[in-house]
Amino acid sequence: MLDNITLSIASGERVALVGKSGVGKSTLLAALREQQSNSVAWCPQQHGLVPMLSVYHNMYMGGLQRHNTLYNLLNLIKPLARPAREVAALAEQLQLSEFLHARVEQLSGGQIQRVAIGRALYQQQDVFLGDEPVSAVDDYQAQQLLTLMMEKHETLVLALHDVEQALRFCDRIIGLKDSAIVLDAPSSTLNASDLVELYC
Amino acid sequence: MQPASANSLYKNRQQTVSGKFSLRSTSFYIAVIAGLCLLIADIEIINANPWLELKAMGQGLMSPHIVSYAELFNGLANTLSFALQGMAVAVVTGFLLALSYRHWWVKGFCAFIRAIHELFWALIFIQCFGLSPLTGLLTIALPYAGTLAKVYGELFEEAPPQPRANLHHSKSLTTFFYTTLPLAWPALSHYTRYRFECALRSTVVLGFVGLPTLGFYLETALSEGLYREAAGLLYVLLLVIVSQRWWLRKTLLPVYLLIALVCLPPSASFSWQTMVQFFTEDIIPQPVRRASGDDIGSWLVFMWQQQLWPGLCNTLVLSQIALFFTALLALLVFPFSSSLFVSPLMKGANAGLLVIARTLPEYLLAFVALLLWGPSMLPAIVALALHNGAIISHLMAGFSEQISLRRDARKGVNRYAYEVLPRMYRQFLAILFYRWEVILRESAILGILGIATLGFYIDSAFEEFRFDRAALLILASALLNMAVDTVARYLRRRLHLVTTADIR
Repeated sequence: MLDNITLSIASGERVALVGKSGVGKSTLLAALREQQSNSVAWCPQQHGLVPMLSVYHNMYMGGLQRHNTLYNLLNLIKPLARPAREVAALAEQLQLSEFLHARVEQLSGGQIQRVAIGRALYQQQDVFLGDEPVSAVDDYQAQQLLTLMMEKHETLVLALHDVEQALRFCDRIIGLKDSAIVLDAPSSTLNASDLVELYC
Repeated sequence: MQPASANSLYKNRQQTVSGKFSLRSTSFYIAVIAGLCLLIADIEIINANPWLELKAMGQGLMSPHIVSYAELFNGLANTLSFALQGMAVAVVTGFLLALSYRHWWVKGFCAFIRAIHELFWALIFIQCFGLSPLTGLLTIALPYAGTLAKVYGELFEEAPPQPRANLHHSKSLTTFFYTTLPLAWPALSHYTRYRFECALRSTVVLGFVGLPTLGFYLETALSEGLYREAAGLLYVLLLVIVSQRWWLRKTLLPVYLLIALVCLPPSASFSWQTMVQFFTEDIIPQPVRRASGDDIGSWLVFMWQQQLWPGLCNTLVLSQIALFFTALLALLVFPFSSSLFVSPLMKGANAGLLVIARTLPEYLLAFVALLLWGPSMLPAIVALALHNGAIISHLMAGFSEQISLRRDARKGVNRYAYEVLPRMYRQFLAILFYRWEVILRESAILGILGIATLGFYIDSAFEEFRFDRAALLILASALLNMAVDTVARYLRRRLHLVTTADIR
């Protein structure tokens, strides 16, 4: 998919990956995740949520590794006080409070995407890797969600198809075309029309 | 998540109606009912030294021995011949019945003949045709025709209707053969093959009531404590069933059938008179038959108090306990044969154990466990849970492999509890409810071994030549089966249980 790519991302950078669909953004993100799979919050395009579990449990799943198995099992049977408080606070920020105990399969596409973001946020890592994390919500909500991700993470790499969002929220833009990186520049030096040719 | 298709939206809405609570509460009630049943069940170990017996069996398994190859050949030939001929008749009859399966009376008739266990049919046919090949054939053919008719009928109904609707004369038999039958064929032939394996198991078990199949020699060896001989026969049985996929070929079937028909034709020496007498006199309640002045009412009260009620209670108690332990065993064991949880080596080893547990008939397992622990419900529970648990584990492990997990999914118990089990639970309950009817039928049958379920009273009635009692008890067992089948179907529909994996 991708040929001979060298890429270094410093901590504290907010990187947007842009380019046509199928160009290899997801592959690049997955490769980045492989490097430090235990210290990144991962929000893939295929959410991998468990439809028949509640919003609460799906979000809690992001934090499974922080607790022992018995604790996790008890929490599955009955939400435990501390994670219940933490996840409820997160759900409030994601405007999911009223659905906290609904099953994911009952939600709409936009709501499901917010649950997936919630799950990634609850992983509580410094680095956030998101593959089109806000593709199913409207622009206003997308901006709120992106702000939330920025608040909670120092370093982010996001695949985004909305060029305006990329320029506004990220400080470095990486453009992919024909299996290669054809653009790598600070977003302050670019404007939307510069990115158009990536899509031709 | 993928954009929701119309189909999955519809499914979501359906699932909203029955909440998660229903799945939970159903599981809860299965456990509670089993717990209550355990309080009243008789599960003590009667044998003074079960370990000694177990040691003897273990030694037998280690050093199998075939005493007489003539006996072995005879038993094997009869087993294969009864199963082949019985299945041939069952497939043809079942197919014809399936063509008119939409009529309620065909459905009812099929439900009735399959609700009576093949061993009970055997006890009936032995009275008419003795221990003959014809008895062996009919015993398999009748209940299996009922089951095949149901499954074929449902497959025809589920076949996509569009190809048929696009043709003129969409209701004619020709269009059926051009559209519905080919569409249903893969599932149909797959199920028929599975049923043949069941027929082999059933035929072996027929040996335990006297027909000259492998089971007959197995029973003799086991009851005399000749475990080396029993082990020899057991290994042959396992080999025949496991190797089925290599020797059971469509092209070879006619040859096999021809050999079976020529060598062991379905003959029997019987007199019409005895048979007519059996069906028109012997099975009629004794007070009605003789006009002896005995009251039919008091006969019924006697039967209810002394046999029907205790028999029904014990059958239900045993089946509910066995159902619970089947579920428990399946849930505990299936991860060990799924590559989501264990290495290929471990998976292979566990799959081997599961094959053995599901290849050996419950009846045989119960018979062996009975030798160990003496007559109580314990051997029956262990046998039913082992056999059915192994079947469900095998299916669940297969389904679990279809789930594709996220790369960062946790491992071990967390993966099981959060990722895999929630996705498969609906399916698990669906399979469990399908097995419920089977477990109940077997619970009744295991009475023949001395546990006071319906089979115990039926077997005793046959031994005392009180066929009127036997007929009433068999009728009761059939009705019980049909009732449980109806409840299970209702629950499956109510909880929207499907047997396809939820692999989103």
